[in-house]
Amino acid sequence: MTRTATASILALLTAAPAFAQDLSFWSWRQEDRAVYEQLIEEFEAANEGITVTFEPYEATNYNTILSTALAGETGPDVMMVRAYGSFEVVAAAGYLMPLSEEDIPALADFPEAALQAETLREDDTLYAVPFASQTMLVIYNQDIYDQLGLSVPTTWDELMSNAQAIEEAGMFGFANGTATAWQNETIVSALGASTMGQDFFAEVVAGDTDFTDERFVAGLEAVQQAAEYFPDGYQGLDYASAQQLFTSGLAGMFAGGSFELANFAAQNPDLNLGVFAAPGQSAEDPALVGLFYDGGYAGNAATEHPEAVKTFLNFLASQEFGQTFANELGNVSPIPGVTFENDLLQSVATLNETSVPYVMLTNFRFEEPSGSVLLQTEVQRMLAGESDPQTAAQTINDGIASYYEPFQD
Amino acid sequence: MPVVHYDSEAVEGEALPPTRRRFTRRGAWISFLLIPPIAVMALFVVYPILSALAYAFYDWTGLRREGFVGLENFRRVLFEPPYAAITWNAFQHNVIVFFVLMVVQNGVGFLLAWCLWRELPGARFHRVAVFLPVVLSTVIIGYMWKLFFHPIFGVVNQLLELVGLGALAQPWLGQSDTALGALILVNAWAWVGFPTLVFLAGLQRIPTEVLEAARMETDSEWTITRRIVWPLVAPSTTVVFILLFIGSFNWFELPYIMVGLDGSPFGSTDVLGLVFYRTAFGNVSAGVQDFGLGSALAVLMFLFIAVFATGWTLYLRKRELDV
Repeated sequence: MTRTATASILALLTAAPAFAQDLSFWSWRQEDRAVYEQLIEEFEAANEGITVTFEPYEATNYNTILSTALAGETGPDVMMVRAYGSFEVVAAAGYLMPLSEEDIPALADFPEAALQAETLREDDTLYAVPFASQTMLVIYNQDIYDQLGLSVPTTWDELMSNAQAIEEAGMFGFANGTATAWQNETIVSALGASTMGQDFFAEVVAGDTDFTDERFVAGLEAVQQAAEYFPDGYQGLDYASAQQLFTSGLAGMFAGGSFELANFAAQNPDLNLGVFAAPGQSAEDPALVGLFYDGGYAGNAATEHPEAVKTFLNFLASQEFGQTFANELGNVSPIPGVTFENDLLQSVATLNETSVPYVMLTNFRFEEPSGSVLLQTEVQRMLAGESDPQTAAQTINDGIASYYEPFQD
Repeated sequence: MPVVHYDSEAVEGEALPPTRRRFTRRGAWISFLLIPPIAVMALFVVYPILSALAYAFYDWTGLRREGFVGLENFRRVLFEPPYAAITWNAFQHNVIVFFVLMVVQNGVGFLLAWCLWRELPGARFHRVAVFLPVVLSTVIIGYMWKLFFHPIFGVVNQLLELVGLGALAQPWLGQSDTALGALILVNAWAWVGFPTLVFLAGLQRIPTEVLEAARMETDSEWTITRRIVWPLVAPSTTVVFILLFIGSFNWFELPYIMVGLDGSPFGSTDVLGLVFYRTAFGNVSAGVQDFGLGSALAVLMFLFIAVFATGWTLYLRKRELDV
């Protein structure tokens, strides 16, 4: 009797691994660990037999770590992947599980632009559930605005006179600096999008116009004008210093991404933040923000538990998940039906309704020289006074035209 | 079969000749000491270098290795836009870095060594002070000087204003005509202690009788330094020159920490190390990461440094013997 009992226990023990489906889940968000683990607990409670282990890695090296692991066949079952060009590096190598609406029905209601961010262009296949969007806009210090009796500008000239008023009060109009290359791209999107206009973006993405277009040049001219209200020596001011100037209340505005909001609030909880879309030249021009998607959740094509992975991905695409993701982690989730407790996030979500793509990332960051590198370099040069908007636009266009056919005529 | 006793007294005069016995024991001991380091070197140095060499001959799509493409990657990084312009721009900066550091870092290093050697006032204190930055980590030095050069709160601009030269205050790291110079200056500040120390050691090795004999011929310190001292520190110059050469063409940490991967502003501080890193491992803003091109660049850098450093070392060694 004892022998049979032992034998059956042994049999159960050895068979157990075949039933339990342990999924590893990699992320670059170390700071979000607690929330993810709580969400995973909820998932595990609802899906018996599947366990998920959250394993976050350091953000800047995440891509290298993930790529190396996938190449060495030791990759995770489920993972966070980036979007656009960086996503393609992983997806093109065939490491990711293709996803369809049959597998994950919720995807049917996701915004098209969100799905595009996680779709491999060469086979037109979706490989990840998009998780957050980022918005390029103007963040302003409400206390400074109130103190100086300023209001959210509706024309470009009003924005400039607000900046002027803040400078006259002994602060910096904008906290931005140009020493960190990628900041130049966010600055152009945050300040110049409305001047460039929705039509320009639609046409340039369709290949009907290129970056020598006068609307693009006008956008760069607007940025150049705004730079007069950047801190003295902004050419040598790096990203971290610019953030510090804003959070310490030394500047009235910051042209940047919605990803700053949580960080700014954490750096200085007393800061009263507000957001707006930099206006166009006239009040009739729609005020636009630049928008891009951050990344997505993907499954490993070589996983031992494909069904469990799909179940978990369905959870990550659910409104229930999106709601916690928005409330607890302060992200703008693209999942339809998600509402925002945080007023600022709600404002960002509202601004997103009139958005244009963060175009160099969404459409021109797939080949070398990438539109982003060109834009960053040329705008940095322009704002250092060593070039002008016309020349900058021409150089950016020439660079992209070297491989992008619609620009080659 | 004779039994081998390892007790030296017991084995005396037995079948195995002593030399062979000693060889076996020593051989085992030597192998024991050599095999681990050789294995480690092979695994972590030789193998990566060889595999980088191999990667350079393949085409890459993202992380997927495609077909063999021969010297195509080398051709692209050297001669094809947009890579060629970036490579040569960076190479030019490496050359500038090398020549300026040669004068500033090694030149000042020799001067300091000479002052310490002649025991000018404060020599004891300065011997330590000069070497202190060398032991600081590059990360600390980079961040510290980044703060010094801060356009608004930086001490460099504040000092200039304090002494009435406020007009000269500028965003040092943000302008194409000052950024590289600023980086070179920081490097020289941090590393000047090294050539100083090596030169000082060389100077102290010069026999006093030689110098006394020279002093009987001339009173001119300049002549003695040029004709006697400089030739006699030749072994030190060899070391210092070659290491500077290698360091200048492998320059990475300081520009990476102070101006970022892009060689900001607009490529004016770009050097080969940064280009290599961006090409091979990608950059948030870059289109693609390409191990093939990156490896080709790494191989070219390695060959360039190896060939020139070897040739120059041979020349400098010959010079040591000539004098």
